[in-house]
Amino acid sequence: MSSLALAVRDSSTMLRRNLLHARRYPSLTLNLLLTPIMLLLLFVYIFGDTMSAGIGGGADRSEYVAFLVPGLLLMTIGSTTIGTAVSVSNDMTEGIIARFRTMAIHRGSVLIGHVVGSVLQAVISVVLVGAVGVAIGFRSTGATALEWIAAFGLLVLFALALTWIAVGMGLVSPNAEAASNNAMPLIFLPLISSTFVPVDAMPGWFQPIAEYQPFTPAIETVRGLLLGTEIGHNGWLAVAWCLALTTLGYFWSKSVFNRDPK
Amino acid sequence: MTNLAIAANGLRKSYGDKVVLDGVDLAVPEATIFSLLGPNGAGKTTAVKILSTLISADPGTGGIHIGGHDLAADPQAVRAAIGVTGQFSAVDGLITGEENMLLMADLHHLSRSEGRRVTAELLERFDLTAAAKKPASTYSGGMKRRLDIAMTLVGSPRIIFLDEPTTGLDPRSRHNMWQIIRELVSDGVTVFLTTQYLEEADQLADRIAVLNDGKLVAQGTAEELKRLVTGGHVRLRFTDPAAYQSAALALSEVTRDDEGLTLEIPSGGTQRELRAILDRLDSAGIEADELTVHTPDLDDVFFALTGSTVPNQPNQPNQPNQSTQPTQPKEAVR
Repeated sequence: MSSLALAVRDSSTMLRRNLLHARRYPSLTLNLLLTPIMLLLLFVYIFGDTMSAGIGGGADRSEYVAFLVPGLLLMTIGSTTIGTAVSVSNDMTEGIIARFRTMAIHRGSVLIGHVVGSVLQAVISVVLVGAVGVAIGFRSTGATALEWIAAFGLLVLFALALTWIAVGMGLVSPNAEAASNNAMPLIFLPLISSTFVPVDAMPGWFQPIAEYQPFTPAIETVRGLLLGTEIGHNGWLAVAWCLALTTLGYFWSKSVFNRDPK
Repeated sequence: MTNLAIAANGLRKSYGDKVVLDGVDLAVPEATIFSLLGPNGAGKTTAVKILSTLISADPGTGGIHIGGHDLAADPQAVRAAIGVTGQFSAVDGLITGEENMLLMADLHHLSRSEGRRVTAELLERFDLTAAAKKPASTYSGGMKRRLDIAMTLVGSPRIIFLDEPTTGLDPRSRHNMWQIIRELVSDGVTVFLTTQYLEEADQLADRIAVLNDGKLVAQGTAEELKRLVTGGHVRLRFTDPAAYQSAALALSEVTRDDEGLTLEIPSGGTQRELRAILDRLDSAGIEADELTVHTPDLDDVFFALTGSTVPNQPNQPNQPNQSTQPTQPKEAVR
């Protein structure tokens, strides 16, 4: 068998194993999915009047729903990848990983199985949160099919980037608690992005941080694609962040995994 | 000359200042059972981890060949030839026993039907068919061990590493495991076994190596190892101090234990030797309260070679070392 065929076959075996885990024990994924849904409902129905007044232009609550949903879709990705860090860390403490390391299988298949499984879970979560958004009134404004596909593609790419970072975090964490703590930035960064309020409503000294961190360009791009707002340089910035984080996460995870286990 | 399944020269590994393996040479012929014996922390598990490609050896190590493949140059070829059951359960607890087996079949690239056949066969052989659909995390210790070994056998490896395979098993499960290991070897498989149970090594192994403090201190068959220690002796116990004193004077070459009022006389335990001792006691008019004959077993070898004191005999005085391994600090050779 060629090395590529071996890699594909072993990785799909590992993916099946991870999906089996997710199907048997869905509680972690479901818990992580609750956070963005709760925040969506909280900000629309509890804080909605004040928040919509804050985004300017005499916006009402339905306009705030439109503003909020793109950011929460990306926050959903951040949230589900915490689950990735936790499950990778858990997995590494299992004896079965040592067994995999002594078998003549494609070395990276363990990680690739985790990554593909996690991206699939993130995408399903995004679709679920998006469905809740549509149910409470989110509508795109004149987005073409191509724009929908581009938005979806960016969400998948963003999920891939954060997942590789989360895999690295899971690998360096000695246990599940540490993994969950180490992955906190993935849920904290969306809070200081343009998810809930526009960047120009933030203090001046903080605006550059909010504007150029990974989440804001991606959020602004999805907003632009679905709502027709100005994308500007955010599109390229979002793609650049995704590629950079994917590359970083990939090489980091690979080098940690290839070290001698303790 | 038979081919070697495992050949390692000068195996070295240290973690920081702590030297775990200090130049260990191993040679295991095909279709034999080799047992690495040693106390906790001797480096047994580290040796298995290196030989099974899990961790790398230190640079000073000589060549390692497993199944004819150079471990450093072609670890994947080594992995294809071996099966490993580590000290800690290497099963996926979240999925069922059957799913664990099918996972192994997939990773060995068996066809679906072949995978199902091998799975059913091994589950049956290891008495796990009834529990096949239950998550492995709900299995008892013995069941997990059996599943672990069954998973190792899925790819029909020619060389199997078993790191303390019977630790924590009850006596019946232990004997079943021994039976399984014997069957494997009769099929031509080479087994590299670590254990801290001397009886296990004695029962199973064609050759035994004793590892202590990262060095091999002895190697050979069980019989050869037993010959290394001259531990055979007759022990006389007295309750009357006066009788004890006069017996110590009447017999030459005795080891005295003044507190326990016991004497030890080196002896092979033959009828002739026993009669000689008894005759001398009779002629001195002394009667011992208890007489026991002790022949050397692997326990003696182990204690002698690994420098541990014999348990339950705290009063035993140190004796001159009579072993043929002069480099090792030893005490309490019985």
